[in-house]
Amino acid sequence: MAQIIGGIGTSHVPAVGAAIDHNKQNEPYWAPYFEKIAPVRAWVREAKPDVCIIAYNDHASAFSLALIPTFAIGVAATFPPADEGYGPRQVPDVAGHPPLAWHLAESLILDEFDMTIVNEMSVDHGLTVPLSVMFDQPKKWPCKVVPLCVNVIQYPAPTGNRCYQLGKAIRRAVDEFPGDERVLILGTGGMSHQLQGERAGLVNADFDLAFLDRIVTDPAGQSAVPHTDYLREAGSEGIELVMWMIMRGALDEQVREVHRAHHVPTSNTSNGVIVLENA
Amino acid sequence: MTTKYPRAIPDRAPRDYDDIPGTYVMDGDHSRRGYALNMFCMSLNQEANRDAFRADESGYLDAYALTDDQREAVLQRDWLGLLRLGGNIYYTFKLAIFDGLSMQQVGASMSGIEAEEFQQMMIDGGRPIEGNRTLADHGATPAEERY
Repeated sequence: MAQIIGGIGTSHVPAVGAAIDHNKQNEPYWAPYFEKIAPVRAWVREAKPDVCIIAYNDHASAFSLALIPTFAIGVAATFPPADEGYGPRQVPDVAGHPPLAWHLAESLILDEFDMTIVNEMSVDHGLTVPLSVMFDQPKKWPCKVVPLCVNVIQYPAPTGNRCYQLGKAIRRAVDEFPGDERVLILGTGGMSHQLQGERAGLVNADFDLAFLDRIVTDPAGQSAVPHTDYLREAGSEGIELVMWMIMRGALDEQVREVHRAHHVPTSNTSNGVIVLENA
Repeated sequence: MTTKYPRAIPDRAPRDYDDIPGTYVMDGDHSRRGYALNMFCMSLNQEANRDAFRADESGYLDAYALTDDQREAVLQRDWLGLLRLGGNIYYTFKLAIFDGLSMQQVGASMSGIEAEEFQQMMIDGGRPIEGNRTLADHGATPAEERY
């Protein structure tokens, strides 16, 4: 059977993708961040995932206000990088895993998570930056991907608890998938940041560090944190952190923290990364 | 303040997040107000549309049911005003990308400081949460913050 080999939580800041694409990783502004994530890259190289389930959000790229699925799962064989206004990011197309994606879609819906099934979509920085964080600049991404797109732009995003429970349902589905795939699950976005309005630039490092602690030791408690706490304390775009709860839900109750990194700033964002294994 | 447009009065009962300063939560009320505006911004994802907008900004906007204020705020690049008129930052940022602006430049404009000052604030650890949790922290009531 397929198995979940671990989970990664990571920010998906577009400027990080641009720094990688334009070979700025050694520049003074960026070098400290990339030094901090080097152990993450080393862990992924060793872990050799066959497929990554990536919980991310679309930023007005594939979806718009015309259609707003709360949870959408991509079942296609290929997902091209989206044009977010600059022309598409020059990174490889993302290869899907249709058999696993369809298995997840069917299993999750029968498990009472009403997924939207997507046969055609492009993927934006929310999904491709985490791939670059893990794999740098390969000619071809070294694993397949099941995109799990979560609405966190139109209020209300799904609750932290709903995300946590979805993660648990994903775990049940993966455990039943008849294959030998090594599956890595990612929760992306965050950490504290506010892009909009007069409070733009907000960072709350104390909130972020407490979140990293609690996602390891008290995920049920963290999953009960209401939206307004995220909006107020972590900034309006910090609500993306609920997607990390999907990743955490797919792991065992007890996990081992392999690595964590926290860096301020990357562009306007407090950047966090954590690697967890089942204990 | 950097815009002449007041903060909209929500057409709904008060909510607990209404007293977060400088924050425009994209709820149903906000989304309804900004639908056409945000969908205009979304259209700039396509190169052909960017070319058409570049050729004739005002004419291009005719295809979208914008209010007069929204149209003016687009043409004036009033980044904070766009939010107050129903815009969402992920959408309005499409217009900023079109202009070749970075998120930090737009963040500076919305918060009424210079871009260099904003950049330095981020390097120094970002805008602190202390003093920025509630309207009361800013010494304002919700009604006052609207103007």
